[in-house]
Amino acid sequence: MSRVTKFAARDPGPAARVAGFVAHLRENGLRLGVAEADLAMAALAQVNAIHPDEARRVFRAVCTGCKEEAERFDALFDSYWMDMGRVRQKVVPTLSSSASDDVQSSRDAKGEDAGASGRATTPDDMGGEVDGHGTGKLIATKHRNLSRRDLRDLVRPEEIAEAEEVARRLGAALRDRRSRQRIAARRGDSVHFRKTIRQSLATGGEPLRVLRKKRPDRARKIVALCDVSGSMSVYAQVFLAFLAGLMRSDTAADAYLFHTRLVRITEALRDKDAMRAIGRMSLMADGFGGGSKIGPSLQRFADTYAKRFVDGRSVVLILSDGYDTAEPARIAEALAKLRKRGCKVIWLNPLKGWTDYAPVAAGMAAALPFLDLFQPANTLADLAELEQELVRL
Amino acid sequence: MTWNDLKTALSSEGYVASDDLAVALQLALSLGRPLLLEGAAGVGKTEIARTLAAVRDTRLIRLQCYEGLDAAQAIYEWNYQRQLLTIRAAAEDGETGRIVEDRIFSRDFLLERPLLAAITQDQPPVLLIDEIDRADEEFEAFLLEILSDFQITVPELGTIEAVTQPIVILTSNGTRDLSDALRRRCLYTYVAYPDRTTELAILKARCPEVEAHLADQIVGFVQKLREEELEKTPGIAEMLDFAAALMGLGIADLTENPAVLQSTLTTLLKTQSDQACITREVAGRIAGRAA
Repeated sequence: MSRVTKFAARDPGPAARVAGFVAHLRENGLRLGVAEADLAMAALAQVNAIHPDEARRVFRAVCTGCKEEAERFDALFDSYWMDMGRVRQKVVPTLSSSASDDVQSSRDAKGEDAGASGRATTPDDMGGEVDGHGTGKLIATKHRNLSRRDLRDLVRPEEIAEAEEVARRLGAALRDRRSRQRIAARRGDSVHFRKTIRQSLATGGEPLRVLRKKRPDRARKIVALCDVSGSMSVYAQVFLAFLAGLMRSDTAADAYLFHTRLVRITEALRDKDAMRAIGRMSLMADGFGGGSKIGPSLQRFADTYAKRFVDGRSVVLILSDGYDTAEPARIAEALAKLRKRGCKVIWLNPLKGWTDYAPVAAGMAAALPFLDLFQPANTLADLAELEQELVRL
Repeated sequence: MTWNDLKTALSSEGYVASDDLAVALQLALSLGRPLLLEGAAGVGKTEIARTLAAVRDTRLIRLQCYEGLDAAQAIYEWNYQRQLLTIRAAAEDGETGRIVEDRIFSRDFLLERPLLAAITQDQPPVLLIDEIDRADEEFEAFLLEILSDFQITVPELGTIEAVTQPIVILTSNGTRDLSDALRRRCLYTYVAYPDRTTELAILKARCPEVEAHLADQIVGFVQKLREEELEKTPGIAEMLDFAAALMGLGIADLTENPAVLQSTLTTLLKTQSDQACITREVAGRIAGRAA
């Protein structure tokens, strides 16, 4: 991964440099338009811009838009402005900075969006290093440890398009459950005529209180957690395409990957270019194909993200085979905690499609009492068939 | 007014702002952009709007967002009852339909809600749109239009232009992701929990009667408590409650009586499991380390 600085000493003036900086931020994944450069110039005029700290604060207020961006901002600012005007300098990511955007350094501290920087368009080398990343490999498998494997090898654009369609249908099955009935509501979108007239009897036929009604809104939010450990790598193709499709079809959906730790990939998958989204995701999925710690990952999810993103309207979709290296009690504990938030929990297990499959894996057995739905899913077609089940949920 | 002046003015009203926040506020004022504040609950996001209104000696108009918030609650609504009564009265006076119609769809019959109120003030007010993440996405899109044009269209009445442009502050607790469009329109600052010196300054500004030694212990204790794994991390308001509780009980030193310390923790720990995990011994240990 390289961060490229383009601040040239020969740039004609501050305007060109500010424009260059905005372009530099854009290249590093911040979503900025032309208007921001304009606004930044106007803002700089309001402070003593000669002072680097003040300029930094101004740019931070103007150019960042969320917590993750604010955390990464300092490193990006330094790499552009604090390089003495060197051109095309490759910056080796420093491991010390707390807001480092390097994937490996961001292990547990900030897993979520840290990997979104760098140039997602540059493929990693496909060597598939077999170094010691895969801690706790769990079943005898001939699959290489895919640590740092580029996920774009696994997923084709056509599949994403297909998955998008499936995800859209699933989403519709889950969310569009508005009834044709309208119910009385304090703040409805139309007048509840019958009730209004009935009430008007009390005021001499004058409808003084206008009562309202509305359609009961039952939108559901899908939160997908996908296991990408070694034992799941054969199914990864389907599931990753499904995740990508889901995120593209449903703006409220939320997606995570886990193996030995949990990564939020929602932001990365929202990239307009489907393949670049997968590229960004593979930058984050360091440790892909390694061991699996389902329990701890789910627990981490329940303790952090779930508090913000999961409520009674959510459906938590877990895509995993249930082979866990941590103790099964932790899965049960995490799921119990999740259920307390009022959400539905669906577990899709690719192994369940096998004949004679029984959920004997300790992790799976521990999870069963907490599931609203336990279904097989190997292929996109299987996922599409879920539609029927979900309607009944 | 530079951002330093603003910071001083804020602190004279009892709000200790970080440099980042002060610069962002100053820019929001001078560029007329909305300011989006994000951060955990209890770091003083709402308070900043209140203080800013006090500093600029202007009205604070607050719109609390919630799920299902709609235009009728946020912008305007017709006063149906009054309209009906007017129609009845007009019928008895023998007025014709056209005149009555014009009359009942006039500004007199319009109930102002916060957003409409905010753009029709003579002196620019501070408009606080609190917890925008709780409102639906549809409402967010609607808000975008108002924040960029500062005009509101009422179909029966026409477009109402802003008399003055309000200072807009939005806050979010991050219960859902906000749209990019909204983020782009706003200046942004992430408000973190204050560091030790800042929090000490806040405590001194709000409770000047707390002695220096105890204040130092209180802030140290709360800072250490935030590092524990809690379901609900105590915010600044909780810290101030805690200080007030200790003052009320007449305690001069945190470490002197663990039982009393434990009983005052109800001001800091707001869930059953948090209270269970900070036992008397743990509280004593934290107090010891903080001192």
